[in-house]
Amino acid sequence: MTVSAIELRQPPIRRQSLWRYWRGGLQGSEFTWAVAFVVPYIAVFLGFVIYPAFYGLWMGSNPALYVEVFSDPIYLNTVVNTLIFLAFGVNVKLFLALLLSGFFMRPGWWTKALLLVFVLPWAIPALPTFISIHWMLNGEWGLINNFLWIVFGVDGPSWLNSRWFALGSAVFSHVWKWTPFWTVILLAGRMSIPQEIYDAAKVDGATGLKRFLYVTFPLLANLYLVLTLLATIFLLGDFNSVYFVTGGGPANSTHLLATLGVVRDMLELGKPQLGVAVVMSALPLLIPLVIILMRKLRTAEVQL
Amino acid sequence: MTTATLETRRPAANTAVPAAHSAERMRRIARRWRYLTNAGAALISVLILVWTLTPIYNIIMVSLEAEGDVSVTHIFPPQPSVESFWVVITEGHWYLEAFWHQFGNSVFLAAMVTLLTLAIGSLTSFSVGRMRIRNGWIITNAALMTYVIPASFLSIPFYLIMNHYGLQNNPWSVIAVLVTFATPYAIFIFQEYGRSIPIELDESARIDGASPLQIYFRIYLPLMAPALVAVGTYALLLAWNEYLYQFLLLSNDQSMTVAVALGKFLNSDVAPWNYMMATAIIYALPPLATYYAFRHRMSGGLTMGGVKG
Repeated sequence: MTVSAIELRQPPIRRQSLWRYWRGGLQGSEFTWAVAFVVPYIAVFLGFVIYPAFYGLWMGSNPALYVEVFSDPIYLNTVVNTLIFLAFGVNVKLFLALLLSGFFMRPGWWTKALLLVFVLPWAIPALPTFISIHWMLNGEWGLINNFLWIVFGVDGPSWLNSRWFALGSAVFSHVWKWTPFWTVILLAGRMSIPQEIYDAAKVDGATGLKRFLYVTFPLLANLYLVLTLLATIFLLGDFNSVYFVTGGGPANSTHLLATLGVVRDMLELGKPQLGVAVVMSALPLLIPLVIILMRKLRTAEVQL
Repeated sequence: MTTATLETRRPAANTAVPAAHSAERMRRIARRWRYLTNAGAALISVLILVWTLTPIYNIIMVSLEAEGDVSVTHIFPPQPSVESFWVVITEGHWYLEAFWHQFGNSVFLAAMVTLLTLAIGSLTSFSVGRMRIRNGWIITNAALMTYVIPASFLSIPFYLIMNHYGLQNNPWSVIAVLVTFATPYAIFIFQEYGRSIPIELDESARIDGASPLQIYFRIYLPLMAPALVAVGTYALLLAWNEYLYQFLLLSNDQSMTVAVALGKFLNSDVAPWNYMMATAIIYALPPLATYYAFRHRMSGGLTMGGVKG
């Protein structure tokens, strides 16, 4: 097999060698079939990823747009919001997921049943629960303030009318929605650690916190890093948690890049170029992350 | 209390040699420690339940309010009624008059996305993973890149392109974009799963004269059934739950899906919240049932794809 492959690579005529190189080991009509099978995906990729991506790059290629974007105070607020979202959203949900995945390793039916309930936020579509949280936070009729009034006799703040409360609520909702998902992944990661390693560590006297610090965490560190990168990228493109919980308000002060670009710039102001420029301003952060992540995912033991 | 019962049950331990004494103490400490961790676990369980269920409780509570009673200050409706569910099912409010039409649109969208994702994903991974087409790695990398780019970043150019070709309010524009973002995940899973099927099967079929198409239909697809179920579930949930592209592209009465209608509810000032929450519950039930039915097929690593959308 390998011998014939080497021979195939050195035929006398160059044209033929290139042709054979492209066909690989496939013969005659098989090559046609193989190409026919990948054509649908290539068409989808070119038509719906490459074409819009280059169309977007072309739309956002005017430098004057970026002057306009960077002189917009709402955009600067949005950048701050995005950084807060990244710092708290990603880290809180992943750290919680790391701890909770340890909790769900406990034996017994109770833990299994609890896990079924715990994944609900992720299993339910984002829309109903985010709308519910939006209503819960209503200053006059929301569940939270009703609860505060009935139990403690105090008036809660009107959560969605102050920028920081609203932003905090959006981060909270995001964490609520996505922690179960990352927990399940880290749980799978923990389960793939062989029991023998723990047994050996136990013999050496590593139990409790020591076991976590010196055995579990080093083994999960790579997975944790990849998940952090992935969560960062997905959060950069997050739309739902801000759009439904705060709607970008009050006074456009809690937007993220995607909601600012799509909702305010394109739909409200009717300036899609500006929206593209807003989204593209994330590229200096996004591109290095994508490159690092693609290398990690391709080479790492991390399973998708 | 526990130490007392211990001592009465085993009086010999106290009077025995020091070694036994200290062993007894160790046991007591271990027992106390176990009680403590169990109490801690119970506390964490309660916190998890409250944390998880509060927003869900809120949806159910509001949906059980009688009409007009939503703006009140209690944490459980005094007279819970299922009237709002009945109103949604019978389309008994002008907000909801096209509910079943929208539901049908959502079903159509999800079904088409699932079928196309399975077809395109399995054909691609058959060609790349089984037939080993030369330079197949380019396709794998293209898929990986699509997977890690946030879908919302392409939404503005995609929306303008679809408007340019007159495809707004055409469900196929949304189907196209959802298939685009679901297929990469399908390709990974199919390639990963395909490695467990011996390539010799394909080769012996080929020697017997089977064409690649026959191998694909008779050997590859039947053996890939578990992966097909997992990816199908994933694509179905992705299409049903997605909001942004449906919101941008499907805005008229004819093409609107349940998700878009719910979002429209939110933005109107006089929305009847109890009907809205009842609609939200009915909207959430199909994906929830699908998820719990096929949860075991979507094993740990397979859940990775659920982020998109």
